[in-house]
Amino acid sequence: MAKQIFWEDVNVNDEVTPLPKIATTTMLVKWAGASGDFNPLHYDAAFAALQGVGSPIVHGALKRQWLVQLMTDWMGEQGTLKKFSCSYRAMDWPRKMATTATPEDGETWHCKGKVTKKYDEGGQHYVDCDIWIENGKGEVTTPGTATVILPGRG
Amino acid sequence: MLPDEVTKFIGKSIGTVVCEVEKGAIKKFADAVDDPNPFYWDEKFAEKSRHGSIIAPPGFFGWPVKLPRGMTFQRPTDISDPPEVTENMRVALANDGYSRVVDGGIEYEFFQPVRAGDILTAKSIIKDIVGREGKTGKMAFVIIETAYHNQNKELAATSRATAIYR
Repeated sequence: MAKQIFWEDVNVNDEVTPLPKIATTTMLVKWAGASGDFNPLHYDAAFAALQGVGSPIVHGALKRQWLVQLMTDWMGEQGTLKKFSCSYRAMDWPRKMATTATPEDGETWHCKGKVTKKYDEGGQHYVDCDIWIENGKGEVTTPGTATVILPGRG
Repeated sequence: MLPDEVTKFIGKSIGTVVCEVEKGAIKKFADAVDDPNPFYWDEKFAEKSRHGSIIAPPGFFGWPVKLPRGMTFQRPTDISDPPEVTENMRVALANDGYSRVVDGGIEYEFFQPVRAGDILTAKSIIKDIVGREGKTGKMAFVIIETAYHNQNKELAATSRATAIYR
């Protein structure tokens, strides 16, 4: 994990360390099993085409967990994720696999965030952030917010 | 305007689901996200940390103890007890022309870490059902609120999930 970030070192408008992610058909299969969401919209080509989305789409909740990781990575071992929200505004399609282990070339998604507020409450140091995922074209598909509690240096 | 047959479900309880949080399930979940955070993977690291044990990624609440076979959605909020409440709500929505549903998003608030070995009780209600007009036609937003309490009766987390019916 990255070096611990401290509340005193954070400023409004600071960038949260970006987190790149690649959705693949294999990742979607793993996510279906691990989350219990077996909607064929996410793995069955014929079903997805019938539903009008072209081909299987990335589960919204998988994107949610990428954004959770964006914040848990940034807040470090001593940080606490207090609040989190996100909306699935646009669809994303996974890369197919080129080999059993390697995806085809294709888009990379970028999870990003920006500090909007820092404040003390109940004796703890809070930081609010806007967070979002950009697809390969730089379009925001999954906007959200997060609040973390960070340790102080003192 | 949504008909009474749909809005009568507002405020109804979907019931309570008891879930167990297991280390193996935490690892599978973290692997599916491709998240190497040692809190989910490294027992020695986790035990020495302030949490004292492996913790779940925020957003993972374990698996129902009474896991139904053959269900396609197994999040606690999708299993209602009795099952009729969610089923009947879906039928009422379908009868009014809303037959497809997508996950619209979620809000969480976290109060306690969720640890491997925890038993979480998830209690959900249909908080609201709101009709909206969108570019592709009419939609119904169903808001489900869930409270997760652990075996020490502490509130671990709350969630507010939006399902968009169209």
